[in-house]
Amino acid sequence: MPQQTECPTCAEPLGPQDAFCGACGTALTGPPTLRDLPVVPSCPNCGSTELADGWCQGCGHAQPRARDHQEREVTGVAAVSDRGLRHHRNEDAFGVATAEAPDGTPAVVAVVCDGVSSSARPDEASATAVTAATDSLLAALQAGRDPGQAMREAIGAANRAVTALAHDGTPAEPGRHNNAPACTYVSAVSAAGLVTIGWVGDTRAYWIPDDRESAEPYRLTEDDSWAARMVAARLMDEAEAYADPRAHAITGWLGADAEDLDPHTVSFTPHVPGVLLICTDGLWNYAEAATDLAFFVRADARTEPLAAARALVGFAVERGGHDNITVAVLPIDPPVAAAAHDATLLDVPLPRAAEEDATVPLRRAAEPAAN
Amino acid sequence: MASLSKPGTPRFDVDVFQNEYLAQGSREVNAIVTVTATGGGTSGGRPLGAAAGTDAAVVLVIDCSGSMEHPNTKMRHAREATAAAIDTLRDGVAFAVVAGTHEAVDVFPGNGRLAVVDQYTRGHAKEALRRLKPSGGTAIGTWISKARQLFDSRPQASIRHAVLLTDGRNEHEKPADLQRALDAATGAFTADCRGVGTDWDVAELRKISSALLGTVDIVAEPSGLAEAFRAMMADAMDKQVADVALRVWTPANAQVKFVKQVAPAVEDLTARRAAAGPRAGDYPTGSWGDESRDYHVCVEVPAAAVGNEMLAARVSLVLPQPDGTAEVLGQGLVRAVWTDDLASSTRINSQVAHYTGQAELAESIRDGMEAHRAGDLDRATAKLGAAVRLAHAGGNEGTLKLLQKVVDVVDAREGTVRFRKNVSEADSMTLETRSTKTVRVKK
Repeated sequence: MPQQTECPTCAEPLGPQDAFCGACGTALTGPPTLRDLPVVPSCPNCGSTELADGWCQGCGHAQPRARDHQEREVTGVAAVSDRGLRHHRNEDAFGVATAEAPDGTPAVVAVVCDGVSSSARPDEASATAVTAATDSLLAALQAGRDPGQAMREAIGAANRAVTALAHDGTPAEPGRHNNAPACTYVSAVSAAGLVTIGWVGDTRAYWIPDDRESAEPYRLTEDDSWAARMVAARLMDEAEAYADPRAHAITGWLGADAEDLDPHTVSFTPHVPGVLLICTDGLWNYAEAATDLAFFVRADARTEPLAAARALVGFAVERGGHDNITVAVLPIDPPVAAAAHDATLLDVPLPRAAEEDATVPLRRAAEPAAN
Repeated sequence: MASLSKPGTPRFDVDVFQNEYLAQGSREVNAIVTVTATGGGTSGGRPLGAAAGTDAAVVLVIDCSGSMEHPNTKMRHAREATAAAIDTLRDGVAFAVVAGTHEAVDVFPGNGRLAVVDQYTRGHAKEALRRLKPSGGTAIGTWISKARQLFDSRPQASIRHAVLLTDGRNEHEKPADLQRALDAATGAFTADCRGVGTDWDVAELRKISSALLGTVDIVAEPSGLAEAFRAMMADAMDKQVADVALRVWTPANAQVKFVKQVAPAVEDLTARRAAAGPRAGDYPTGSWGDESRDYHVCVEVPAAAVGNEMLAARVSLVLPQPDGTAEVLGQGLVRAVWTDDLASSTRINSQVAHYTGQAELAESIRDGMEAHRAGDLDRATAKLGAAVRLAHAGGNEGTLKLLQKVVDVVDAREGTVRFRKNVSEADSMTLETRSTKTVRVKK
């Protein structure tokens, strides 16, 4: 233990022979305190302090990278992203921000993207999409555009940005995935009591009310996936479709390979307090149905969104952390006098199964659970 | 890709080709490391010799044993080839000519030192070639020692290159004498070896050229000597930087299984490792001009859990400095990533697969020719059959043509062959000598 020159508790100057602090009585022979130990980065695998350009010079292990675990909270939204346990890097990305419309109405924006692992540079694709979409959403909202319009523009901007990656001159690496960089997309805008969701692929949004007895949690998105298609086309029932090895193959994504980009948007006005979750499949794979997922959302999620996001990521890691995990939590506090907005499908919870031409593909999450 | 060189020295680009994904429990990491040197000599239009003046030294060692006069055209062509080599030397290069028999005599300049090329020394040297007279035996170790002494007389020369011509086996000294001379010469200079005719030993000459980081080839007809010498000298004049080492760092508890040069020819460097600091070793690569070489590095790392990523090797080109440090000219990283995605971990990198096949091709030819000499025709046929299959699969047309002079190919894809009757000694020695030559993978 290095020689202490001042008491670790009260900072009283110490003599070299002191066994206790003369001012506060703290024993000075105990285990070293943080103050004693120089803060030197060391390898989490072997403890070596010889690190060079992201690698341990002893055991060779990659050192933690900034994207491995990220947390952010701004007023009205918190998000957490984690590499998980089985992937060597985090190919998810997220962005959270706030904006103000010209009339002073505040808006909260969250974007979550998941790089498609069978494409080239999926980590770059997701980060690029998040940046492009966030910038586009903020600009549109600050210009006073309607959130639905802003959302469609943002998805277009994100798609162009990811598509451009395929043409930026980075040579294809031989023996690797040569599909153009690609990612899935989900984003939420919460402004003036109205929530607007946009998505492509299998990143999802869930509505989780505070009171889960009298109001039901909902899934707000319909995956662009093989299983969802099979069910929608009534070729298979849900259990059968999700049991198929192809179930999770996605049929929609952003990127140069995406044909007929079909961005989905939906808006609704929550009338009870709750939280909106947008997340990657690294989370929902462990609790697919909204009611199941709601079980792991802290009761105080609306007031402690960062804690709730951390808890959800922790839950997925505990379950095996097979994929990267990202979740953004947006507390929704409906104003007492609801904003002027037409009632949406979700406000009127009617079974929609019979309608085949639904342009807004909503599904009641309380229906028989998948798997 | 990484390149760290200063202006004035060639630029070394290092590219790594590998499948870094390993299945759970896997430990072996394979990578092809392509090193490309550019920026001086031929592409920059600034030949090193001209800029650095007397920085290069060349010693021409010519076999003058008695057998060189059978037929007598051999000695005449050897003299003409030496003259052609002297004509190819740039002004300012230091040089000497050594006559090799059971002893070694520097016939030019003859004072135990090197002369500097100019119009006068060129002429004097060519006149001195008349003193290349066949008589006596063959003790190649003494030739190599003489070359080393001559190079030692000019320590300022950084590029030190010898050309060694022989027509016979090392009959007049013990193998241990040759080995001692080679050990002393290793690292002191590089050498290209040529065997003229068919009475020399491929394995013996390859051993010399390998130790001295040069090439070995056959010149079956003495009339081909002049062209061969001109080409070797042109290559030597293109070299811009000497004593470059391939440095391989590996993590704790990892083991380098092998380091092989795989292009332009197969050369196993594994045993030539010299320690270079903690967990690093240097493998000699000799001198470089504007050229590209490929290396196959195979490392066994401690297994890690799925989701882990490790640096399996840091491969750099270094130029050792007199003060014991080393200038890093370029660097590439070999990674290991453990995954449970079978599609990723089972994929074999095409470059690794290609060069694994090319190395096996060289080995099959060597084994096949050895078996043939030992009279084991079945084994020889099987080995050369495998060689035909590998040459066909790897697109190595040159080697396939050489094989076809020794065996009749029934089915190249399957490797079905029959030994030809009356194979000429020249054809079988050509095949054996050039068996290590590889082709690059089609990209």
